[in-house]
Amino acid sequence: MLDSLLSLGGLVLLRDSVEWEGRSLLKALVKKSALWLVYHDFFRDPLNWSKTEEALPGGPLGALRAICKRTDPGPVTIALDSLSWLLLHLPCTTLCQALHAVSHQDSCPGDSSPVGKVSVLGLLHEELHGPGPVGALSSLAQTEVTLGGTKGQASAHILCRRPRQRPTDQTQWFSILPDFSLDLQEGPSVESQPCSDPHIPPVDPTTHLTFNLHLSKKEREARDSLILPFQFSSEKQQALLRPRPGQATSHIFYEPDAYDDLDQEDPDDDLDI
Amino acid sequence: MFVELNNLLNTTPDRAEQGKLTLLCDAKTDGSFLVHHFLSFYLKANCKVCFVALFQSFSHYNIVGQKLGVNLTVARERGQLVFLEGLKSAVDVFFQTQEEPHPLQFLREANAGNLKPLFEFVREALKPVDGGEARWTYPVLLVDDLSVLLSLGVGAVAVLDFIHYCRATVCWELKLRILWRRPSQPTAQRDQSLTYQYKIQDKSVSFFAKGMSPAVL
Repeated sequence: MLDSLLSLGGLVLLRDSVEWEGRSLLKALVKKSALWLVYHDFFRDPLNWSKTEEALPGGPLGALRAICKRTDPGPVTIALDSLSWLLLHLPCTTLCQALHAVSHQDSCPGDSSPVGKVSVLGLLHEELHGPGPVGALSSLAQTEVTLGGTKGQASAHILCRRPRQRPTDQTQWFSILPDFSLDLQEGPSVESQPCSDPHIPPVDPTTHLTFNLHLSKKEREARDSLILPFQFSSEKQQALLRPRPGQATSHIFYEPDAYDDLDQEDPDDDLDI
Repeated sequence: MFVELNNLLNTTPDRAEQGKLTLLCDAKTDGSFLVHHFLSFYLKANCKVCFVALFQSFSHYNIVGQKLGVNLTVARERGQLVFLEGLKSAVDVFFQTQEEPHPLQFLREANAGNLKPLFEFVREALKPVDGGEARWTYPVLLVDDLSVLLSLGVGAVAVLDFIHYCRATVCWELKLRILWRRPSQPTAQRDQSLTYQYKIQDKSVSFFAKGMSPAVL
């Protein structure tokens, strides 16, 4: 599914983060689909600070809009690295309108010359933007690929929205080879999981003690069957609610000896009256 | 420069990497010792250094530099060091008329637009001198620090654009090394990430592995 993303057309949103970068996948997809590559270099001077004549008018947005006016009948893939840069420098509405105009070129009515399918592949660093702009671009996208992964293995969660069909989603594990070709995988590879060192066995701390910490079977049973004195069990509750008849109440038997003086008014015998 | 830090980063002044951007971040502590380290490191490596110093005065860096074995006054006089003393030249923006925009022109603008004049100052300072023999190995840009720009009202996007232009023109065209200092934001490291603890002494910094007891040190 990952290698046929661009065949569906429309806007393909590639959402990455600092932890799982998407530029390698963008390059891999471009390499896979491109037969003829036109490279617009906006890296050196995106804001036209050098004021040279060779700069395209309107900057990156102007270049994007110029693609709308093309009359080439073949299918076209436009890769944008990155949408985040455009979103930081342009109003969100302007960008969304431009992307909509570009990616829906092939469905323009009243156009005499048929234009081939247009796919727009945009890289978005989702941690840079708030939920509003990300949500707006997400709703514009026919396909959304969110990059993630686990234990050093990258995955792409692909959400596909086809017209008049239920959206489909799947997760594809992949890796990008040094020559930017895409290597699809079944799942996170076992070697990449950290395994404990097999040479060091787990140490039992109770082996070399001078006192015995182990319990025999009888002792263990006695311990398990012990009821704690302040634990409120159902038997105790019943005993308190219904005192059994014939239960002996306690008596105190007192025999005073010669020195005892049971004077209730002066029990300690220290009043000097 | 701190020899222990060189060992950790696996560099020496004679074989330092070119064309790289290094970001120095500190959070809840003062990482300025790193700025002094790299300043003295690249001066000792015989690089042409452009230092945009917004945080401290020239004499402060000079005093610390002397402890680390470099003389900034001499370096500036012989043209190895181009020093923009932000604290002093910020006043010039207001009290002196300039023909060209001052590098800190954004201070005069109501909406701090962009840092193009600052970028042009950097580009001018580091462009190779025609006709003269190559006295210096390669150019280095050092900025201390980016959080001052943010505090002065420059937008984050403008700072990002400035970094972008410095990288594109200066790292690619002139193959140099840029060092910045900015307030820390959480960044995840995909590549090799090493954590050490450090202790600053009078003239050096010692580094040790995380978790070592103070009784051992």
